[in-house]
Amino acid sequence: MSSSSAAVQSEATPMPRSPREFLRRFGQGEFGSLRVLITLAVIWVIFGLAHDRFLSAVNLTNLSLQIAGIGLISVGVVLVLLLGEIDLSVAIVSGLCAAIMAVLNVKHGWSPVLAVLVAIAAGAAIGTFQGFVHTRFGIPSFVVTLAGLLGWQGALLWVLGDTGTVNINATFIVDLAGTFFDDVVGWIIAVALIVVYAAVTLNGRRERLRAGLEAPPVGLLVVRIVAIAIPVVLTVWIVNQDRGLPLALCILVGFVMLFDYITQRTRFGRHIYAVGGNEEAARRAGIRVGRIRVAVFALASAMAACGGIMLASRLLAVNQSSGGSDLLLLAIAGPVIAGTSLFGGRGRVWSALLGALVIGSINNGMDLLAYSSDTKFMVTGAVLLGAVVVDAATSRRRQKAG
Amino acid sequence: MTERTPVLSLRGISKRFGAVQALDGVDFDVYAGEVVALVGDNGAGKSTLVKVMSGIYSADAGEYRFDGQVVDVKSPQDAADLGVATVYQDLALADNLDVVGNLFLGHELVHVGAQLDETRMEQRAKELLGTLSTTIPSVRTEVASLSGGQRQQVAIARSLLGEPKVVLLDEPTAALGVPQTKQVLELVRRLRDRGLGVVVISHNMADVFEVADRIHVLYLGRPNGDFQTADTTREEVVAAITGLRSNGREAS
Repeated sequence: MSSSSAAVQSEATPMPRSPREFLRRFGQGEFGSLRVLITLAVIWVIFGLAHDRFLSAVNLTNLSLQIAGIGLISVGVVLVLLLGEIDLSVAIVSGLCAAIMAVLNVKHGWSPVLAVLVAIAAGAAIGTFQGFVHTRFGIPSFVVTLAGLLGWQGALLWVLGDTGTVNINATFIVDLAGTFFDDVVGWIIAVALIVVYAAVTLNGRRERLRAGLEAPPVGLLVVRIVAIAIPVVLTVWIVNQDRGLPLALCILVGFVMLFDYITQRTRFGRHIYAVGGNEEAARRAGIRVGRIRVAVFALASAMAACGGIMLASRLLAVNQSSGGSDLLLLAIAGPVIAGTSLFGGRGRVWSALLGALVIGSINNGMDLLAYSSDTKFMVTGAVLLGAVVVDAATSRRRQKAG
Repeated sequence: MTERTPVLSLRGISKRFGAVQALDGVDFDVYAGEVVALVGDNGAGKSTLVKVMSGIYSADAGEYRFDGQVVDVKSPQDAADLGVATVYQDLALADNLDVVGNLFLGHELVHVGAQLDETRMEQRAKELLGTLSTTIPSVRTEVASLSGGQRQQVAIARSLLGEPKVVLLDEPTAALGVPQTKQVLELVRRLRDRGLGVVVISHNMADVFEVADRIHVLYLGRPNGDFQTADTTREEVVAAITGLRSNGREAS
């Protein structure tokens, strides 16, 4: 849960010079991640007041376990959304890949590590296939992945066979969601994260200065580093009062950081944004648009597989309803609530984590308060609607200003 | 001027689309350090001629010479490799990327490994925009928030990164306000001062007379006069465009 507005801001976004400019740019949808942090804070305050156990160490640790699987799926969804496309098959692909893993391991006696790797590879293959059909025949991703949603559902039932439910007991798989680090290890990870972030930030400043470019003042960078350090330290401090830092949370944050690096700092990532922003411009600039699309769909399905494996590890089983129910809707709603645009080209991978936190908090809080599913769905729907309305309003304001 | 070799020279270019003869024996020269305006009424063949120069169309007949050599230009890549850069009217900018991202799109500088070298790109972007005296506030501004004139400047600057010898500008001042038009024309002059051959397609006679050294008129796919701006009048050029006069200075 180590995020903050400073982390999600691009290094280069100039800081506002006055409160009025800040408000104007906030209204135009800049600092989008700050908005979701405020949403999250409001939710936490409400549930914290409504139920004294909501903000307890046990419950927050549970929350982090609850969001790990869906957050991993959402990471892939963000990549697809950045292209301005949609993948309706992610949830069912997560179920199918988990089933492949479980069946290979339990029924065929494969080693758990190999079963996991094959399941992720199967996800990548599914995504490659869907991306290929989408680009080669120019069929909207909505339709291709809708067909996938149906087809892979059938594949899931077929893979599971007559038994319907496969229980998992391989240590390696169970440990994915069931491992908690010792307090000391948790603190070491926290310190390492902060040190690496500080080193990268300060080194970036030095490099800019050496190149004769203006650089942000050290004070601002320190504020930014502290802004990252606080949630990291808080998280570790809280989970250490319960069972310790969950491996599942580390996996989620690790993937978010990896894909944030890929999208922000590599040529491939830049091209994803370019295709999502203006496909024709990307094509004329010599970018192979089709390849980017296929790669993104492959990554999205591979991440769906990772999420499915995490969910199976937590449930200790795969069954016919794996990947079903509201998983798809929540996996897509999360990043959108956290500010990733449905129209492509705008958003950050962090929105997968923040969105999962928002949705997970609502579900978790309402479960504590013993609300039934009807209220939960309505509230989550209202939050999603509110988020996209704000998104639409701010982007219109931005166009007007631009 | 005529003693020098033109940097880009077309001879007897013809292009036909089905029953329509879009270009019919067009000769066209661009010299280094010169702004040539290509003018003509709608359907006169300006766009087709530019697309032949930029390699999108290959001509049915005629010669394409670059630096005096006859060359075979079959694709936009061929033209770009020779040193002919084109800025289309729709600019093709990615609104969600900043100025640096757009300038280097498709040609990003990277460190060993695959990490983008943002520092070096920003440095070069600043240098380039600085020498062009553009009015872009910061190279880290998102392109969506730039004005039409600034976007045009970004698009033109991007075309210069490949170190071209000839730049083709398709309606660079269309849909721009007065001050923005002025900025863009200023930039066109600076391209010429850098020794580039600049071809400007325009409908706007005021802009053409303000910035062009030479005005080349097309009428129904044929050359209809080549005027030194200093020696001609707006009436003369308009007459050539509308076909009231044909073939340069000979009255019809």
